[in-house]
Amino acid sequence: MSTPKDRTPSTQPPTAEETAGLLRELVSHLRQNRTQLREEWARRITRAQLLTAMTEEEIFAEATSVYDNYVEALETGTFEALQAYARNLSERIIPRGVETHEVVGIVLLLRDVLARSLFAKYHEDFTKLNRILDAYEPAANRIANTVAVGFVQERERVIRQQQEAIRELSTPVLQVRERLLILPIIGVIDPQRARQLTEQLLRAIRTNRAKVVVIDITGVAAMDANVANNLVQTVEAARLLGATVIVTGLSPEIAQTLVTIGVDLSEMATVGDLQGGIEEAERLIGYKVLPLSETSAAS
Amino acid sequence: MEVPILKQGTYLIASIQSALTDADLSQLREALVARVGKFRARGVIVDVTALDVMDSFAVRTLRDITHMARLRGAETVIVGIQPEVAFAMVQLGLTLKGVSTALDLEEGLAFLDAKARERIDRA
Repeated sequence: MSTPKDRTPSTQPPTAEETAGLLRELVSHLRQNRTQLREEWARRITRAQLLTAMTEEEIFAEATSVYDNYVEALETGTFEALQAYARNLSERIIPRGVETHEVVGIVLLLRDVLARSLFAKYHEDFTKLNRILDAYEPAANRIANTVAVGFVQERERVIRQQQEAIRELSTPVLQVRERLLILPIIGVIDPQRARQLTEQLLRAIRTNRAKVVVIDITGVAAMDANVANNLVQTVEAARLLGATVIVTGLSPEIAQTLVTIGVDLSEMATVGDLQGGIEEAERLIGYKVLPLSETSAAS
Repeated sequence: MEVPILKQGTYLIASIQSALTDADLSQLREALVARVGKFRARGVIVDVTALDVMDSFAVRTLRDITHMARLRGAETVIVGIQPEVAFAMVQLGLTLKGVSTALDLEEGLAFLDAKARERIDRA
């Protein structure tokens, strides 16, 4: 029978040696009950409707390896292996649409399942339970942290990578004729993209010795004062390099917005569509495109 | 550093070789405008290829040169502005309004030739 004094949680943190001993005990307990605890955990994941993107078998397989990694991290006290595993796991499950709350949820569930089993095992010896929990909780929290952070980092890495890809894909500068470039813009223009676009265009003007550039904004859904000013700046910068810019494909909505917000576009040459823009550009460079029949008649 | 001014037919070519002080720029302006009269030049080319910075004074001087030369009967074209310089200029709002620009010396000469032809056509 324990006295009331024993029931107060220990305020002294356990020493490192003690912790190591307790963790050893804990690990052997978790190893012994591996099958049962793992099943309990997988059950609770399904019940909580987490990881709905995965089948039950997958959850169980994943749960097994997470469990083993978890126990190993507890045993060795090093998190590198777990970190690597968490990264690898994230890489696999992110494309399947697994959300952050699910990952955090399942790690916390495992923590709960294990804590429950500790309660069950040591319920007769409250002091011992307290000391075990003292050793277990910081380690468990760190593990939960590691996995969650690993997941979020991986997600951010994917997002960064995709942003990069979109950015590179989205700004091709194409030469349609000697000294004539076209720059089709599709999607949203933010200040960063506008800047990149301008730099890319200026470089292309330089390398292709372009005289006329047609910027086609048919694919730009909306425009505000900032974007319009960015566009004006691009046009100005191109002019400083000696190239004339023709803007084409302004939708009626964009035209209306620009007039309403009062952006000064008087310096900008605009033509209705891309075809008209290219024709105008050819005229500026000094080309005249004729049907073959007419050329033969003329010669 | 003084900027050499070369005469090529009816055109004057000033090729800036290194960063210039404000005094150098003013001196360039005086020299160019004086020579437009002396050589009866019809065109002026200022080559800024070597400049990797362009401040507000430089931009204003280039604009002044253009306007003054025009009053003296010569068309001016600024050539060789670097992409980075152009970008920085528009960010600062220094856009050289009313000043002709061309990609490089060759383009500048072609531009002036075209202007001269226009003038002959009009006449």
